Formats: sequence, structure tokens, C-alpha cells
Amino acid sequence: MIWNETKECMSRDELSSLQSARLVKLVDYVYHNVDFYRKKMQVLGMLPGDIKSIEDITKLPFTTKDDLRDNYPFGLFAVPQSQIVRIHASSGTTGKATVVGYTRHDLDVWSECVARCFSMAGVGRNDIVQIAYGYGLFTGGLGAHSGAEKIGAMVVPMSTGNSKKLTTMMVDFGATAIACTPSYLLHIAEVLETENMVKDIKLKAAICGAEPWTEKMHKEIEERLNIKAFDIYGLSEVMGPGVACDCEFHKGLHVCEDHFYPEIINSATMQPQTVGETGELVFTTLTKEGLPLLRYRTKDLTSIDYATCDCGRTSARISRFKGRVDDMLIIRGVNVFPSQVEAALIEVDEVSPHYMMIVDRVNNLDTLEIQVELNPQYFTDEIRGLEKLTQKITHVLSQALGLNPKVKIVEPQTLVRSEGKAVHVIDKRKLY
Amino acid sequence: MVAKQLSVFIENRQGRLGEVLNVLKTNKVNILSLSLADTTEYGLLRLIVNNPELGKQKLSEDGFSTMLTDVIVIKITHQAGSLQDLLTLLADNNINVEYMYGLSIDGQEASVVLKASDLALADSVLSAHGVKTLSFEEIASL
Repeated sequence: MIWNETKECMSRDELSSLQSARLVKLVDYVYHNVDFYRKKMQVLGMLPGDIKSIEDITKLPFTTKDDLRDNYPFGLFAVPQSQIVRIHASSGTTGKATVVGYTRHDLDVWSECVARCFSMAGVGRNDIVQIAYGYGLFTGGLGAHSGAEKIGAMVVPMSTGNSKKLTTMMVDFGATAIACTPSYLLHIAEVLETENMVKDIKLKAAICGAEPWTEKMHKEIEERLNIKAFDIYGLSEVMGPGVACDCEFHKGLHVCEDHFYPEIINSATMQPQTVGETGELVFTTLTKEGLPLLRYRTKDLTSIDYATCDCGRTSARISRFKGRVDDMLIIRGVNVFPSQVEAALIEVDEVSPHYMMIVDRVNNLDTLEIQVELNPQYFTDEIRGLEKLTQKITHVLSQALGLNPKVKIVEPQTLVRSEGKAVHVIDKRKLY
Repeated sequence: MVAKQLSVFIENRQGRLGEVLNVLKTNKVNILSLSLADTTEYGLLRLIVNNPELGKQKLSEDGFSTMLTDVIVIKITHQAGSLQDLLTLLADNNINVEYMYGLSIDGQEASVVLKASDLALADSVLSAHGVKTLSFEEIASL
């Protein structure tokens, strides 16, 4: 099923012309509406007129998550607040969240892109779709929701957190598709198996994203639930879920290239990689009004393939992700930066700023343990006192991270102090 | 009479308790009694030793979190019910026992280490009722 054949199957030449026209318009738009970009271009001695086609994109400056932080909350918005109809937010590298804003047109484009993704998964108007991403500031829930509504499916806005209710409704409603994180789906599979309910479900497809997952997990999901699983990708800065998705041939994720122009760069030299080489994925939002971004560095490592897919779509396909350029972790779908932990711990006198994060997956649910060193002068020989302290640190960290870690107090001077770049994370999940 | 207890924070790791004891052994700090409170994550080792200051200093030098805590060491008769009488006395005076462990049994007498919510009050209540609390020298000579 192809949702928008005109756009998804247009010849590469036509697509390139469309991208060129949209880029020229975009550069003019940000130059006149976003101080940040005008200044950046002025520093480079550039005028909007210097960008004549999509090939000129490499002349443009990059944008990073830090730029969003420095312009928190609305500094990079290109429209007056009256035209913004929705805000989402994700974790920033330190205390402040990364805030993104959408105009009504942005939301339309978003639901269009998600609709394409659901169609790739074979989901249409006759389907019953459970959306089990979190609803709220996180883009997952509302983003997937609007796309599922757009295709005319019957949408069940489950959100997260109640697996029992989810499985009951999955059976009772005869849900045929689900959108959630892959690890949560494996957890759901476990619940269904325990209750001997796998035979009762009518599920045929799962659209999973918001965290990296392996081919092994993909197979496991398909086999345990007897369904087809699809990989959906997105990030709030660019839009949210629906930037790319894989089709039934699973040969990489089709990028909605008429809206998001992908580049693969070498993050050391900042130069484009040769086609097929692995590098950092960079997106330019070709049609966004609220928060248009030039060459946004996703920090995700992948490669790109421009060959026409067996499904007939001509859009570029990005490979399964091969890692991150930075140290961002995705835990239960939440972006977590070690620097956030550090910033939070500085506020707690009782512990040293040294810490170790141990990420694991137990029964298909991510766990995060944060080990902290007790400052000797705050040592108490009463268990009650130490438990109180553990609770206090847990509270501070969960406020900072948006998820509850398990805090473990360890002896002073026992956490590894490495030379140069400190190792603060042990990720046992092996996601890449 | 208030005595000093040496407390040590120990992670639940294999061999860690042995390392603490090794530091004490090397420095000839003799253990008179000990109690180990454990949780899933860590343990608290509470020690009555012949030289708590030296023990604390040497353990701290080796990177252990340590502290000296005031406790009371009480001598009671070695017979059924004597501990209960003692606790009743404390409870009647609204004194809460934080923790307690045995120190020694010597013929007709036994001694226990006690940490109370209000140690000074506990000490005076016990003295007023003729309960014998031990000085550090008395403990060391047990």
C-alpha cells in the first residue's frame, strides 16, 4: 500500500527539482524570519540568493541540539507564537528541555508522513490501531495518533503504562496494529504469553520506533506474535515519528524526502560521505514553518541508498542505525544524556560528581542503575539515613531525566576515573 | 557512660568485609564485638574495638567511609528477662532503640551495645535506675 504515490514514487530528477525549489524557498524564509540563521549566514558571507539548487545545501551552516538549547525555548521559531498550535519537548543535553513548535500546516505534514509510514506497514482504514507510545510532550503518542487517524484507522489511544489493559483491549477490540517501542512490544508479548492470549489476538502489524533495535529483536517480535514488524524513525527536532519508515521489503527506512532532505556526513571533517558510506545523518526540513532547521545533525550513524526499492518507492532509504556520534542513550524511549546526570548530581552535596550509569534490559524492559559515591563526611551508620539519601537522589535524578533510575550508593573512590574522556555508561543491551 | 563504636560502610561485594578486617589486623586493632546490618545494596559494619580512633583513621586512609558513633554498653545479669526489663525502662521514658547487639557473656553477667534515639537521656535514665554502663576502659578489659 502506497499512501501518496505521486510523492513517494516520483522520479529522482523530479524529486531533486522539488527539493531544489523547496530549499531555495526555505533558505529565503529562515534568512528573513530566524535571527539565528540570518546571523550564521552573514558570518559565512552568504545571501539567500546564493542557494540555487539542492546541490548548494553543503554551503549552508549546520544546526545542533546545542543551538536549540541556546535559543530555548522559542528562539528558533520562524513564526509568531500566534501561529504555533502545538509544542513538544524532548530531553536536552543538560537541565533544559529541547522545545519544538508546530504550525497547523506542520501538523498536517506530520500526519501525512506518518500516514505514509502506516501504509508501508500495510495498515489502512479498516484497521484498529493501538497507539502505545506516551502521549504528552513526547512526540511519539500524538504523532503516531494523528497519522493513524489520517489513514482512517480506528485509533485506540492507549499511551503507556498499563500492559494489562492494553492486552485485554487488544483481544476484546480485535486490534490489528500497534505502534509502540520495540522493547515494550516484547514486554507485551510476554504478558500475552503468560496469559495464554497470543492465540486470541488479531494483530498483524507493529510499527515500532523511538529507540534503536536489532534485527534479532525484529525477528523475535515477528515470531512470538506472528505479525510483521516495521521500523519507524523520527526525532522531535525534525518533526517526530514518521521522518522515515521501512516497507515490507525491509531494505532500509524510506525517508519522506520531499519534506526532509537527508545527508550523510563525516562528523570529524563535516564533509559529505560517499554514497553508501556510514556517517552522521543530517536533515534539512524542506517544508516546516514553525521550527525550520538547516542541516540538523541527528548524531545518528547510518548510511543511505538511493536505488529504487522493490516496493516501487523512489525515496532514499537509510540503513538500520549503527550507533550514535554522541553519548545519548535511549532508555524506555526517553533520550538520556550522561551530562544530565552530572548536572543533577552537582546539586546533591552528599555525593561526589562521579557516577556510573548501568543500562540493561530485563524482561524486555530497560533498566537504569546509577551508582553514586557517598561523600565520606555525609556517611551515616543508620540504614534509615542511607535509605533517605537514596530516595532523595532518586527524586533529583528522576526529575532531571524524566524516568526513574535505581540509585545505588557505593563506597567513595570506587567508581572508575578514566584518563581523558571518562566512561560513565555501561550499556549491556547491545542495541547496535 | 558513652562508648565509641566504629561504623564502616561496605558495598555488597565479595571479599569487601575481609578487606576491612585486614586493615584492622594490620594495624593491630582488636575487635571486641561486631554487628553487620545488611541491605540488598550495602552493609553497615558496626564494631566495638580496642582502639576506635586508630581503626577509623586507618580505614579512612584506605578509602572506606567510616564514622565513630556514640553508643552505650550496658551490663545486665545473664538471666531470662533482664533485657526485657531494661527495654521496658527505656520505653517508659520514650527512648527508642535504634539498634542493639551483644558484646559479651561472662559468668553471671552479659553486656549489650545499644544505640538509642536520645543517648544522653538513655544514659541518665539507666544510671538513675542503677543500671551499670561501661566505660571504654571497662569494655577494653572484658
